[in-house]
Amino acid sequence: MSATGSGYDLSVTTFSPDGRVFQVEYASKAIEKSGTAIGIRCSDGVVLGVEKAIISRMLLTSSNRRIHTVGIYNGIACSGFAADARQIVNRGREEAANYKSYYANVIPGNVLANRLAGFVHLYTLYWYYRPFGCSVLVGSYSPEGTPELHQIDPSGVSHSYYAAVVGKNKEAAKSELEKIDFRTYKCRDAVKEIARIIYKLHDESKDKDFTLEMTWACDETKSKHQLVPQDLLEEAVKNAKDLKAKEEQDSDDDDDDDDDAPPAKK
Amino acid sequence: PPTPNLPRSAARPGHSSGEMMMMGHGHEAKENPRTQTTQPIVTGASVLAITYADGVMMISDTLASYGSMARYKSVQRIGKVNDGAIVGASGEFSDFQYIKDLLEDLTDEDFDTADGRELSPKEIHSYLSRVMYNRRTKVNPLYNQLVVGGFDTSKGESYLGCVDMYGSTFKDDIVATGYGMYLALPLLRKGHDKKMNEEAARKLLEKCMTVLFYRDCRTINKYNIAKVTGSGVEISKPYSLKTEWGFKRFVDPHSSE
Repeated sequence: MSATGSGYDLSVTTFSPDGRVFQVEYASKAIEKSGTAIGIRCSDGVVLGVEKAIISRMLLTSSNRRIHTVGIYNGIACSGFAADARQIVNRGREEAANYKSYYANVIPGNVLANRLAGFVHLYTLYWYYRPFGCSVLVGSYSPEGTPELHQIDPSGVSHSYYAAVVGKNKEAAKSELEKIDFRTYKCRDAVKEIARIIYKLHDESKDKDFTLEMTWACDETKSKHQLVPQDLLEEAVKNAKDLKAKEEQDSDDDDDDDDDAPPAKK
Repeated sequence: PPTPNLPRSAARPGHSSGEMMMMGHGHEAKENPRTQTTQPIVTGASVLAITYADGVMMISDTLASYGSMARYKSVQRIGKVNDGAIVGASGEFSDFQYIKDLLEDLTDEDFDTADGRELSPKEIHSYLSRVMYNRRTKVNPLYNQLVVGGFDTSKGESYLGCVDMYGSTFKDDIVATGYGMYLALPLLRKGHDKKMNEEAARKLLEKCMTVLFYRDCRTINKYNIAKVTGSGVEISKPYSLKTEWGFKRFVDPHSSE
């Protein structure tokens, strides 16, 4: 995999001879094993979904939120250390309130993303801070703007996307998402698609049981960021489970067919 | 610390004693800026509110005066805080705008937290009284009399209270500010009934506002009326009331009839 830091990885203020800052790269490792977070920017809004591993059967399901509303029209979904992400969310709320007090307008998505990226970057500059161990998806839909989706990772870079994934299985999820035509995609379809992808990539034998948290900011919600309505979520989950069961059924049938195939020519 | 300036007359806002507007003989304001203000410049007149069968009803006119000038005639002096509460203000209009910003920040925070709760009218009333009292303590008051009206859906009860610029708070079924305290309160107390219906409540408030229009020189005949009930907040568009100027005593104050 990657070379061991061999002495250049002890501090975030140390470059390695080949110009890498290992501590920042290690921060990304914290996210690779964490629950998947997917965001899709549609023509009529933005949808965010997170796969939340169930930590205890006794947990009140409405607590343990992984997607937070920031400044009414933005949502921040996180993968990685949830506590680190909370700091980013709190900062985001301050930035949104501050922007409003100056400009009397809702903070645009790209401005919020830039402010948060700068904030995250700050923690890669000082030896007495450690970098954030989380990647964050910022979905925005200000009432007078267009839907936006940004991803911020521990190094402090922010990019704008039509669809973004962070967390485990992100490569597989990305290939699923590449098939979508984003220019005409609607939020209601995105809700179903995110559920389908998360269920598809979840490995029952290896991964913990999970619940799916999904939020959106779209024309239907008048741009406000909030949880997807319960009935739509249930429909999406049922659809995802059915498709997964059907796929498993089909692959079992294919395995049976292989057994009946004539033996290879000798 | 700079010595506090003595309060100037409110009759000529914008004019401090002696100094001409453009040609200042000194640079007093630059060197000793006023850091505490104790006089209102742009002001609103009375706000009246009562509880009734379905909730709370509040009325105010739409004038912001500049001393004796009727400067801004289409101003809304009642604002929605959240689906359960409204705030009306008389006194300095810029301070009311500042208070509305504070309340909007609180409401935004509530929405972001997304825990199914929003601030109750009682909590808003308490918050405002803390803000007002704190400013009074610093001798830099927010020059307002505020009326907080709401419907607490968790309890199914109306809520009505007021806070003044000193931080004094009162909770009552009938609230009035400014000249309304003197002219409207007696009329409201006479005609009020907690169980009165919407039509009766509206008529009572409108009657009082008409009286205030006749007698308070700093009013105009254009009003917003607002109500808060279990189904939410409604603030009307501006409208006018019928006035009668043919009363004998209006025409001839010394008439014996």
